Amino acid sequence: MNQTFDFDSVSITRRIIDALRLDPVLLSLLLILALFGSMVLYSASGSDAAAVIRQGIRIAVALLLLVAAANVPLRMLRKISVWLYLGGVALLVAVMFFGEVGKGAQRWLDLGFIRFQPSEMLKLAVPMIVATYLADRVLPVGLKELIVSSILVMIPVVLIARQPDLGTAILVGSAGFFVLFLAGVRWRIIISLGVLFSALAPLLWKFALHDYQRNRILTLLDPESDPLGSGYHIIQSKIAIGSGGVYGKGWLNGTQSQLDFIPERSTDFIFSVFGEEFGFFGSVVLILIYMAIIFRGLYIAAHSTENFGRLLAGALSLTFFVYLFVNTGMVAGMLPVVGVPLPLISYGGTSMVTLMVGFGLIMSIRSARRFRV
Amino acid sequence: MSKREQLKDDFLENRLIRRRLVLAAIITLVLLGLVIARLYVLQVVEYQHFSTLSDSNRIRIKALPPTRGLIFDRHGVVMANNLPTYRLEIVREQVGDLEQTLAELRQYVDYSDQDLKRFRQSSERRRPFESIPLKLNLTDEEVARLAVNLHKLEGVEINARLTRNYPQGRHAVHALGYVSRIDERDLNEVDEVDYAGSTHVGKLGLEKFYEHELHGTVGVQQVEVNANGRTLRVLSESPPIQGNNLHLTIDSRLQRVAEEAFGDQSGAAVAIDPNNGEILALVSMPIFDPNLFVNGISFENYNQLRDSPSRPLFNRALSGQYPPGSTTKPFYGLAGLETAITNKEQETYCIGYYRLPNEERRYRDWKKEGHGATDLTKAIVQSCDVYFYDLAYRLGIDRMSAFMAQFGFGVKTGVDSTGERSGLLPSREWKRRNEGMPWFPGETLITGIGQGALLVTPIQLANATAEFALQGVRYQPHLVKSVEKIPEYNLIDIASRVAGRYQISKQNNWEHVHNAMVNVVHGLRGTAFRISQGMQYKAAGKTGTAQVFEVAQDEEYDEETVARKLRDHALFISYAPAEKPRIAVAVIVENGGHGSSVAAPIARRIMDTYLLDPS
Repeated sequence: MNQTFDFDSVSITRRIIDALRLDPVLLSLLLILALFGSMVLYSASGSDAAAVIRQGIRIAVALLLLVAAANVPLRMLRKISVWLYLGGVALLVAVMFFGEVGKGAQRWLDLGFIRFQPSEMLKLAVPMIVATYLADRVLPVGLKELIVSSILVMIPVVLIARQPDLGTAILVGSAGFFVLFLAGVRWRIIISLGVLFSALAPLLWKFALHDYQRNRILTLLDPESDPLGSGYHIIQSKIAIGSGGVYGKGWLNGTQSQLDFIPERSTDFIFSVFGEEFGFFGSVVLILIYMAIIFRGLYIAAHSTENFGRLLAGALSLTFFVYLFVNTGMVAGMLPVVGVPLPLISYGGTSMVTLMVGFGLIMSIRSARRFRV
Repeated sequence: MSKREQLKDDFLENRLIRRRLVLAAIITLVLLGLVIARLYVLQVVEYQHFSTLSDSNRIRIKALPPTRGLIFDRHGVVMANNLPTYRLEIVREQVGDLEQTLAELRQYVDYSDQDLKRFRQSSERRRPFESIPLKLNLTDEEVARLAVNLHKLEGVEINARLTRNYPQGRHAVHALGYVSRIDERDLNEVDEVDYAGSTHVGKLGLEKFYEHELHGTVGVQQVEVNANGRTLRVLSESPPIQGNNLHLTIDSRLQRVAEEAFGDQSGAAVAIDPNNGEILALVSMPIFDPNLFVNGISFENYNQLRDSPSRPLFNRALSGQYPPGSTTKPFYGLAGLETAITNKEQETYCIGYYRLPNEERRYRDWKKEGHGATDLTKAIVQSCDVYFYDLAYRLGIDRMSAFMAQFGFGVKTGVDSTGERSGLLPSREWKRRNEGMPWFPGETLITGIGQGALLVTPIQLANATAEFALQGVRYQPHLVKSVEKIPEYNLIDIASRVAGRYQISKQNNWEHVHNAMVNVVHGLRGTAFRISQGMQYKAAGKTGTAQVFEVAQDEEYDEETVARKLRDHALFISYAPAEKPRIAVAVIVENGGHGSSVAAPIARRIMDTYLLDPS
């Protein structure tokens, strides 16, 4: 292979990538996605080049952090996971008391020079701490490990859900439970938890959800019932996607998006812009790119030589999947509207950084293998 | 667990994790397959349907703002209603060049930078086809100028909308509060859907407290628009529901009389019906015109109000905290009798000052030469300080505070408005917590004449007077008598709630203090004797003078030399008719000097109007 493609530039690039301990496959996929993302964002923002440049800067910063994360040895990762977790939970508590309120929820911590969302930190800290905890124990996990890990996961999840930020709580919670799942929680436990949850669902519905969250779920079933609120989002989003047809209306030609029928079209609802302009064909291609990223992550997990790497890489890849599934499901009117962005494409910085650092960790896990693949 | 299971086996564990990973991969495939299937349905199967919808996505949803509920006084006089006014509104989507249009509009309408800022703020939150107000309350001239040029201004509309109006103007402003334009902070508090069409929200007072009643329910209109966004026809409409009307306990005529009685003095007066806690008048002076705030007050007007030394924006009746001075004496007197610390006959000899045992400091009486031998009745009628220094010394701060708490001092009354403060009932514990110092006996003395750390709000004082008048039953004071539910138009009465009860141990004790208070007004030597001239009913009362400025030990307080703003506050509490009280009043005139000469006449005018002039 090397013989046929032995251009200097290719080999140099390859060497740089190796030296930086990056995974060329994952990196190329991420870059393709970022390119796609910038195109859609340009369209969704109403041809606002400044927004695309801002997003480009964010991607660049996030990539730098990815490189940094990829160079942290696993041993160190396991050590800092405890501090990252404790610090994150402490900050969440701080948000509860001193947080900035934005759009009715208390999520931001204003540190004077920067506004910071501690819940993002937990998206990485939770799977890291659970993976650290389980890595040296005998698998499949026993009851004690299950209980300890569940507590580790639920503390931040409850704090985040109370902000209230259901979207992030789901992501943090699933990240933690994916580690447990991969570590082999027995099927009967999984099934009995499933049964218990369904039994408790009516109670959760009544007591754990906020009014607006209940409304969003009800709206999903009958969008017409709330045409001024979230029902509007769903109706307009479906019209935009559906009218895209097989090949789409073409870049910058989405009438629904360009006429501003779609709310939050450059953030949470950016997929409806994509669907309108690039059609079914484009959407499937996009989903395939995402799938390739997820599968590469799972592959690296499967080939890691130690349990910590297997569990963490697997859980991070699956969390990435949850982002994708919840966002596309919401935009396509299959799932209720929760604030989960389309990963690496939605406009906005915080989730971008977390995701890229996550991929940096996966790359670090890959470099730690004894045998290269 | 057995020993064998405890051993880690990397091969087995790796196999386990790999199995789970494969399983997870399959699940992701299935779920993403579902998403793709869903997209297939939307984009391929139902393409025609959505394509048609998209082409004719000219169906727009408009929010129809509800009309705000009206406010009436207890006799049906309108206190707040809504008048049609013209607004300049812009539909951004139809405007070619927004900045140019905005500049052009300046020729016809003089909108302020604040208007522009608000316009831009709401632009960010509203969809581009919604009309967003730029300027409210256009003058006739502006409407005419705009109407002539409207054909040149694409996307600019003149719309008639109902706007809040306070026909009484300045009167009762501190009871009503006002509405103003929704700002960024309000938007985070209100339900975005419910306020989709609303431009105003209650900011203060009743208007804020009863916002949920007054606002009403938003309506929705589905309209078909042409390619330029012009409305072609209305497809469906669910009309908005008007907000509920409020009927107040306030008597607007009484309110006006009370306000006028203050003249240009600052202060507060609260009149309550002791039998049910209904607030008959809630006065804080000076007053200002709430209509200024409805459509965005200009900077000049606002600065003028804010910087005025008499602080008209400050609601003294609920938020003002004053030392109650001698108006506390009837309460402490009752405390003395009830605890048997003193009795009706016991006398204290007043020589013009009081001294604690083993202390040099003199606690002065207001009467330099002293009152001589003084019993409780005389101490209340002539407001002898020395008697109460001595009583306070013997009661002790703990018993005093515990007793006053039973009359609602130190806690909010829970009145249905905003901005109420709790006053301050000092105690040993409070002082240790707040100043880290022990309580000194001297402080007990000055608390005994209503000075020192003790602070009350006018509404607290009025309500305590009402409780005294009713021999120990305290109602929660309230401003709203009933809510008129729309659209049924049925009146839901706000039930009077008993907020506290003090069980008087001997009826006789209460009567004794009560009689002394009647003598304050009607007795020849009573401090408020002057107001009893020509009074057609019997009233009970107590004057008070609250020090703002502390006179040094060896100095004299000289009214002439003390600047007006350091002059004493004048207070008066009263209830009437003495036999069967129907009204309880507390009046505070800031820097007014003596309660007898300044505050008591105001109270009399309020009581006269309410009791004698039922027109």
